Amino acid sequence: MIINHPLLGPRDAQEFTYLGDASLINRPDWQATDAQDQFYDYLYLRNNPAGLHRELWFHEIGDRSWLVVTRDTVTHEITKVEMASDVAKEPGRNQ
Amino acid sequence: MRYSGFRVIKEALTGHKGWTAAWRDPEPQTHYDIVIIGGGGHGLATAYYLAKKYTKKRIAVLEKGWIGGGNVGRNTTIIRSNYLLNGNEPFYELSLKLWEGLEQDLNYNAMVSQRGILNLFHSDPQRDAFVRRGNAMILNGADAELLSVAQIRDRYPFLDFENARFPIKGGLAQHRGGTVRHDAVAWGYARGADQHGVDIIQNCEVTGFRIENGRCKGVETTRGFIGASKVGCAVAGSSGRLMAKADMRLPIESHVLQAFVSEGLKPIIPGVITFGAGHFYCSQSDKGGLVFGGDLDGYNSYAQRGNLPTVEDVCESGMALIPALGRSRLLRMWGGIMDMSMDGSPIIDRTHIDGLYFNGGWCYGGFKATPASGLVFAHLLATDTPHEVATEFRFDRFRRGYMIDEKGMGAQPNLH
Ligand SMILES: Cc1cc2nc3c(=O)[nH]c(=O)nc-3n(C[C@H](O)[C@H](O)[C@H](O)COP(=O)(O)OP(=O)(O)OC[C@H]3O[C@@H](n4cnc5c(N)ncnc54)[C@H](O)[C@@H]3O)c2cc1C
Repeated sequence: MIINHPLLGPRDAQEFTYLGDASLINRPDWQATDAQDQFYDYLYLRNNPAGLHRELWFHEIGDRSWLVVTRDTVTHEITKVEMASDVAKEPGRNQ
Repeated sequence: MRYSGFRVIKEALTGHKGWTAAWRDPEPQTHYDIVIIGGGGHGLATAYYLAKKYTKKRIAVLEKGWIGGGNVGRNTTIIRSNYLLNGNEPFYELSLKLWEGLEQDLNYNAMVSQRGILNLFHSDPQRDAFVRRGNAMILNGADAELLSVAQIRDRYPFLDFENARFPIKGGLAQHRGGTVRHDAVAWGYARGADQHGVDIIQNCEVTGFRIENGRCKGVETTRGFIGASKVGCAVAGSSGRLMAKADMRLPIESHVLQAFVSEGLKPIIPGVITFGAGHFYCSQSDKGGLVFGGDLDGYNSYAQRGNLPTVEDVCESGMALIPALGRSRLLRMWGGIMDMSMDGSPIIDRTHIDGLYFNGGWCYGGFKATPASGLVFAHLLATDTPHEVATEFRFDRFRRGYMIDEKGMGAQPNLH
């Protein structure tokens, strides 16, 4: 698989390590009253779709940036690559 | 029809005209007492033990393709019971005991071969961990023996003992472990279940559940609605996809694992060997092919094929252990979809929906579990209580913090 890095261009997926579903960016608030339920959900439950999947890849032997890759889990085709920092900032976060 | 040596001779002398189909090909009925989804090893074993041991009710197995086309026909056929944790070891030891009597029980040659499995270690801490594991196995009634380098040299002279980075320091052997002809397991259980009256319905994909007032009333399939008082799901790699139709999210990710077979060679590897410094395991089939595998590809996948970097990685690990491997040619390779759970251990439990039961999360170790998985899932379906060796395989163990994490990797499925 080739991951088209937004800054570096096409890179072999071998340069990256895989973390999992991009929802891992949205770490729950530990002070919420239902924090325990939220963390259970966050840590253990997955949509695990057959089809488009947004997922976190780390450019470990490259520029060490985190990417959000949209990939089809049935064909392995990659349709979109974003910087994870941009995705994280979208909902108004500052980091 | 009972199979026997006498029968083979008789058929040979009479032109093989007396053989009949090993199982029927029935039309689905409109209602069953128990419907099992998934005609893999686990689904078929469940139906077999249900019909044989637990109930006289009407049972069907629904398979979307042909039986044995999933992981049960794609794995590297290793059986063993060398687990460490109490939640796992009694279950896998029961499974190994069931393997030992399986062929007599089924009247079917599944080529169960207890040729032994050897886990190599390459450092002092690794030896300590293996000693601990061996003791845990013995405490649970399994067999384990720590082998010295000299003992291993004797049996496996072709290993790279002096590897500069990973010299072999010894190994933990389980002599009762070994291999089984994987397809024959599916066929043997299918034939056994069929003889006990189970309908095995192929080319019948479950496309949804009919759930009313929190109770599962049956399944929608490509061959119409099939009513059921109880529905058991055993679809391995497709677990996430299937349970989503009941609006369930699972502590499971689907990943691809590849397997490899070399050209046929003269006998060289007598048992099953695993490398302790990388992920590599190898045995030799009765046809002579070296059967081996390694790590997952590492990313979510429902494609039953992997990518080349993993091929390279597996072959490199193989070469580090058995340099002679480099002289043989790879004949075939393929992939299967693994239901990787968050702690690397399975789930066999009721769901929050009445009448809907789940069996999955087998990761890449579910083949050896087939007999016990079938037995305990049958027990659960028939009695609504977990079998005594499966009391920890519950859904709620993640919420309660009682993970069965053999490798201590945490909620990172591609590392288990
Ligand atoms: C390459 C590889 C190597 C492995 N090596 C080993 C090993 O050495 N030792 C070991 O113990 N384990 C091993 N495993 C793991 C083992 O094969 C699996 O854990 C086990 O086979 C899973 O259970 P099963 O046999 O029931 O699965 P499957 O055979 O996959 O059965 C599930 C069935 O459900 C069907 N299905 C799916 N969705 C639907 C639907 N909607 N409706 C109807 N039917 C459906 C599928 O078609 C399939 O036939 C390996 C797996 C792979 C892929």
